[in-house]
Amino acid sequence: MQSKISIKDLDFFYGKAQALYDISLEIPEREVVAFIGPSGCGKSTFLRTLNRMNDTIPIASVKGQVIIDGKDIYAPGTDVVALRRKVGMVFQKSNPFPKSIFENVAYGIRINGIHSSKEDMNNRVEKALRDAALWDEVKDRLSTSAFGLSGGQQQRLCIARALAVQPDVILMDEPASALDPIATQKIEELVVELKKNYTIVIVTHNMQQAARVSDRTAFFMLGKLIEYNPTQKMFTNPNEKLTEDYITGRFG
Amino acid sequence: MEHRIIDQQLDLLRDKILLLGGATEAAVNRAMQALVERDSELAKKVLDEDKIIDQMELEIDQMSIEILALQQPAAHDLRFVISVAKITPILERIADHASSIAEAAIVLNNEPQIKNYVDFPIMAKTAAEMLRSALDAFTSEDSQLSREVIKRDKEIDSSYKRVFNELLEMMLDSPQSTTGAAHLLFVAKHLERIGDYVKDICELNVYLTEAAFIKHSKHL
Amino acid sequence: MAEAATVHSKRRITNLVMTSLTAICAVFATSVLLIIIGFIAYQGISSLSWEFLTDTPKPVGEGGGIGNAIVGSAMMTLLAAAIGLPIGIAAGVYLAEFGKNWYGNTIRFIADTLIGVPSIIIGIFIYTVVVMPMGRQSGLAGGLALAIIMIPIVARTTEEMINLVPNSMREGALALGAPQWRVSWNIVLPAATSGIATGAMLAIARITGETAPLLFTALNSRFYNFYYDQPMSSLTVQIYNFATGPFEVEHAMAWAATLLLVGFILVINIVVRYLTRKKY
Repeated sequence: MQSKISIKDLDFFYGKAQALYDISLEIPEREVVAFIGPSGCGKSTFLRTLNRMNDTIPIASVKGQVIIDGKDIYAPGTDVVALRRKVGMVFQKSNPFPKSIFENVAYGIRINGIHSSKEDMNNRVEKALRDAALWDEVKDRLSTSAFGLSGGQQQRLCIARALAVQPDVILMDEPASALDPIATQKIEELVVELKKNYTIVIVTHNMQQAARVSDRTAFFMLGKLIEYNPTQKMFTNPNEKLTEDYITGRFG
Repeated sequence: MEHRIIDQQLDLLRDKILLLGGATEAAVNRAMQALVERDSELAKKVLDEDKIIDQMELEIDQMSIEILALQQPAAHDLRFVISVAKITPILERIADHASSIAEAAIVLNNEPQIKNYVDFPIMAKTAAEMLRSALDAFTSEDSQLSREVIKRDKEIDSSYKRVFNELLEMMLDSPQSTTGAAHLLFVAKHLERIGDYVKDICELNVYLTEAAFIKHSKHL
Repeated sequence: MAEAATVHSKRRITNLVMTSLTAICAVFATSVLLIIIGFIAYQGISSLSWEFLTDTPKPVGEGGGIGNAIVGSAMMTLLAAAIGLPIGIAAGVYLAEFGKNWYGNTIRFIADTLIGVPSIIIGIFIYTVVVMPMGRQSGLAGGLALAIIMIPIVARTTEEMINLVPNSMREGALALGAPQWRVSWNIVLPAATSGIATGAMLAIARITGETAPLLFTALNSRFYNFYYDQPMSSLTVQIYNFATGPFEVEHAMAWAATLLLVGFILVINIVVRYLTRKKY
């Protein structure tokens, strides 16, 4: 298995409180890995260590290594801006910018200076929207406000926005938790489709969702990685009693 | 550990499959008793009760589908429902074989006794014991016991060969006993099939408890 | 049972009494405002005329108006806004986006204190540092005094409006590889625009109504004055002069000027309502 991301002995602290304990995990290229676990188990915190989003929290500190394509992203001198361009993120609550649909997708391209011309920009925006399975729904109203879209469309817009800067990895933090079943299904289909070109890490509260979309599942509890296995193994015959109890709804 | 909605339904499903198992076991025992003791009344009773068994099978099927659709079980819960859903038709088929034996008994009881049943009761006893052990193993999720039962299938197979040769000789020696011997041959075949089905049940129990597929594999 | 019913009806009566009481208070509060506006309109409307709006004050009995005061108020408010809004908004952005430290806390505390300082003290301060060195009162001094009143108000409302921008929006931009300053500049600030505009309008309304800081700084003038280095008339100071005069005609003109001022502040408030309407 070709690892895209290797996490080695990762500890994470909020001030003095330890939130993650000695986590080691290999995330293979072009697979979907799901993180599950009860609320507060550290799965979202862990996800956010993978693109250093936790840097925005002043009291947060990290020990251990997160190696993406052979480079430790916590090594001194790491370009966080370049890292985040490579490791995109989609959030729990869709968070379009107060701009037009077009400008939302163009934003990342523009700030990173990826486009060569206006023409190139248009093509990139269109491709990102197509890849996010949103193009047909918005192509006639690209200049209208992103807030006019439905919740599910807004979330796909945020995915398009992330895709537009051509990342290798996409982190998704409960991307469908606020959506209705149809919109959720579309996001899930999209995740499976995107797997062909991207490595995807998805945090979800919905175990059926993890079962449906992921190749591997990691189960977290109280900041510890309890079990990490192929998804079909996790959901038919987990190794750990704790995993079994969680996925069969005995707690959590 | 809180009580889950699915637990009630799984408990009910377990009760139902155990009842079905008991009814099937009773059918096999009675059919053989009807044959050995030449009791046609008992044989008719077996045939009548087969309808109840068919009804039980339907109920379990419906309930399994309902749990799968509505509760979306995972891990051990999932394996349990799947095992029950697969064991149910096997039990129903065993009961069908019991009915066939009962039918044969009714025919044979109208003919003169052609043979002292020696090997038959042994073979029937083995089959009944295996079925009982298989159901016990399922109840207690004892995969070790299941593996032992699977090994005993060979006993039935060798009994079958012995009975088969014996009956064949009988047909050759006294042509007037051919009809009776032919019916007995079928009874022996039914018992042999029951042994195979019991083996399938045991394999499913190993899947339930260990999530291991041992069917079609040489290693137990 | 009976006891429960008693408790229930007692609760209902309490509820009724309290609801009525608050309703009466609400009616009282709004009717005071309406009475004041009505009274001002009644007293002032008769003196309003084109001449009143365009002419300069004349000796009692010869008519005259407040045209120069309107221009003076507008010029000083404009100057105050030109100085106060950029500084106030920039300070607010700093406080919201980067001010979660001791330095930010200090600035926040000073701004809050400044908001609470009586405006006449600001006037005295400007008198000391601007008027005395210049040797005379001026529109510049008046505008500066108003700007100083404005800055902490704008800074704090801007900060609060920016804090209302959901954090998820910042994270969305950061996750695309945007540096912090770009996130503040082209994501957070546009998202808070209507809120910041509201704060700015309210601050303008507030300084338009200030009298005390202008008494020492801009003083007054009986003539049209378009130069910031000269004493300048303003609506509020003019009202003060009219109202403290001995003649009925002057009092009537004070009412008319007051009506104009109240009308202006009312218009600003309505515009603010309109600006913020869309969001909710």
